[in-house]
Amino acid sequence: MSSLLEVQRRMAEAVMAPLTRQEGMRQRAADGRPMAKEAAAYIKPNPRLESFERLEIYNRQYWFRVLDSLAEDFPGVQAILGAPRFRELSVRYISDCPSTSFTLRNLGGKLSGWLEEHPEFLGAQPDLVRDMVRLEWAVIEAFDAAERAPLSAEQLENAENPHLALQPHVRLLELSHPVDDLLLAVRKRKSARKLPARQLVQTGRQKTYLAVHRADYSVHYKRLEAGEFHVLQEIHRASPLSEALEQAFAGSALPETEQAQKIQQWFALWMSLGWFCQV
Amino acid sequence: MPANRFNGFTEYGIGIGLRIPHYRHILEKKPVVDWFEVISENYMVDGGNPLAVLDQILEQYRVVQHGVSMYFGSVQPLNREHLQRLKTLVRRTKTPWLSDHLCWGSVDGRYTHDLLPIPYTWEAVDVTAEKIRHVQDFVEVPVVVENVSSYAEFHDSVMTEWEFLNEVVERADCGILLDVNNIYVSSMNHDFDPAVYVNSVPTERVAQIHIAGHSRYEKYILDTHDHPVIDPVWELYAQAIRRIGPTATLLEWDDKIPSFEEVHREAMKAEHFLQQVAKMPPALTAEEPVLEVAR
Repeated sequence: MSSLLEVQRRMAEAVMAPLTRQEGMRQRAADGRPMAKEAAAYIKPNPRLESFERLEIYNRQYWFRVLDSLAEDFPGVQAILGAPRFRELSVRYISDCPSTSFTLRNLGGKLSGWLEEHPEFLGAQPDLVRDMVRLEWAVIEAFDAAERAPLSAEQLENAENPHLALQPHVRLLELSHPVDDLLLAVRKRKSARKLPARQLVQTGRQKTYLAVHRADYSVHYKRLEAGEFHVLQEIHRASPLSEALEQAFAGSALPETEQAQKIQQWFALWMSLGWFCQV
Repeated sequence: MPANRFNGFTEYGIGIGLRIPHYRHILEKKPVVDWFEVISENYMVDGGNPLAVLDQILEQYRVVQHGVSMYFGSVQPLNREHLQRLKTLVRRTKTPWLSDHLCWGSVDGRYTHDLLPIPYTWEAVDVTAEKIRHVQDFVEVPVVVENVSSYAEFHDSVMTEWEFLNEVVERADCGILLDVNNIYVSSMNHDFDPAVYVNSVPTERVAQIHIAGHSRYEKYILDTHDHPVIDPVWELYAQAIRRIGPTATLLEWDDKIPSFEEVHREAMKAEHFLQQVAKMPPALTAEEPVLEVAR
C-alpha cells in the first residue's frame, strides 16, 4: 500500500503535466515512464474507462481551468501575441510557476519576472508585451487591494510633518508604450483575436507614466506627468516630502513660482481622488 | 426538528449561489430569496468591489459561506494566511456554518484548483478529520463537508465513499453538506446505487443539501453545474429530505449561467419537495417512495 502523500504527489504530477496538442494526456511522463502504467499503479479502471482515461479527465480539467484563468487575466497580452503564442507562453509559465496560492487570482503574479528569464516568449514586440503584462497585473492588484480612510485637506495642512502614504490600491507604472489605450481597445473588442498588426505598429514607443487606481469600485488608469510620477513614487517609497518635491524638478528649467503652482495643482487632484492616507 | 447544531439550528429554506452576472439584478430588484451562498475565496480579499457587493447583499440577505480550496484531504499543512482570511470573512458574513469539500487538491505547496478524490483509507480518515477539527476550532463556526463528484477510484481504498464520509464526520464531529447531484454523478461513474449512499448518511449531521445539473459524455458524467437538475437527481433529493427532514437547500449553477429568474425558478422546484416532507407524518421512512418528482 502506498502512503497518502505518495499518491497525492504522483497524481498531482500527472494532473499538472502539460497536455498533448490534441488536448489529451501525454503517453509518457517527463522521466519517460509510460503514463498508462503509472495511472494503473494507483487508479482502478472501470468497464468503460482505463486508468489512464480516468486520470486524463483530471489532467484536462486542470489545464482548461488554469489556462482560462490566465487568459481572462491577461487579455491584452493575448491580443498582442495572438491566441496560439499566448497559449504556448501560458503552458510553459504555468508548468514553471504553478499556483502556490489558494486563489487563482494570484496565478499571474510571477509572469512579469518569469518573462525576463524567458524572453523567447515575448514575440516581435517584447517591450510592448512587458508593458502590457505589468499593466494587467497592476489592474488585478488595484481591483481588490485595501482602501484606507483618505486624508482630508485639513489633516494634510495641519500635520506638522505629514507622513503620507499612497492608498494600497494605487499602482505606479513607468512604461515605454501607451498600453493603457491598447488595453482599452482590447476590452472594447471583447474578443481574444490578435490585434491587427496596424494597430500594434501604431502603438509606438512613448514614455508613459500611469497610475492604476480604484474609484467607485472600478479600476481606472490615469496618465501622469513625469514630475508627478516621481513625486508619487518618492511618497510611495516613504521619502520625506521635501526630498520627493526636489526630485520632481531636478534639472528642470521651470521657474520656481510655476513649480509651486504645479505642485499645488497635483496635490489638489490627488487629494480629490483620495489617493493619500496616513502611514 | 430539521435544523441541527451543524447549521446553527437555523431554518434557512432554499438558497441560490451568488454569482457575478446576477449582481446588478439582485442589488437593483432585491428579489425575495431565502439566502445566498457565497464562494469564500472570492471575498477573501482586502477591498474593492467584491467586498462592497458582499456588504450590500449582507444588508438585505442571509449569507452562507462555501469554500473550494481548504482541501481537508491534502496531507500538507493548512495554509495560515488562508485560515486567517477565512476567519475574517466569517466574522463579516456571520455565516451560521462553513462548508468546503471532502477532497484534496494541493501538495508540496502547489495547488491544482480542482476537487481531487481521496483514497478511502484509514490514513486519509485520520488526516482529513484532524484538518476539519483544526479549521472548526480556528474559525469558531460549525464546519460541514461536501461529498464531491469523482471520476477515478483508487486501488488503495478499503471502504466505500459513504463509509469514508461517515468515519470522517464522526471523528471530526462536523456536519455534512450532502450534494445529491455529486452522489448521482459518482454513482454513474463508479457503478454504485445512489440510494444506498443517501440512506447511509447520518441524518443528524446534514446541515445543507446541494442540487445541480451535470453533463453526460459517452463514457462518464461530468459535474459541470451548467444545466437544470435532472429528474433522477430530484428523486435523490426527495429521498434525502424524506430521511433528513426539510434542510437548507442550494442550487448550484456556475457555468453558462442563465438569467437570475431562471436560476431562481429552478431552485424553487425544491419547494415542492420540502412542502411534501413538511406534511408527512414523522413515522414515514425512507423505504417508501412517496414523493412525486416535479416535472
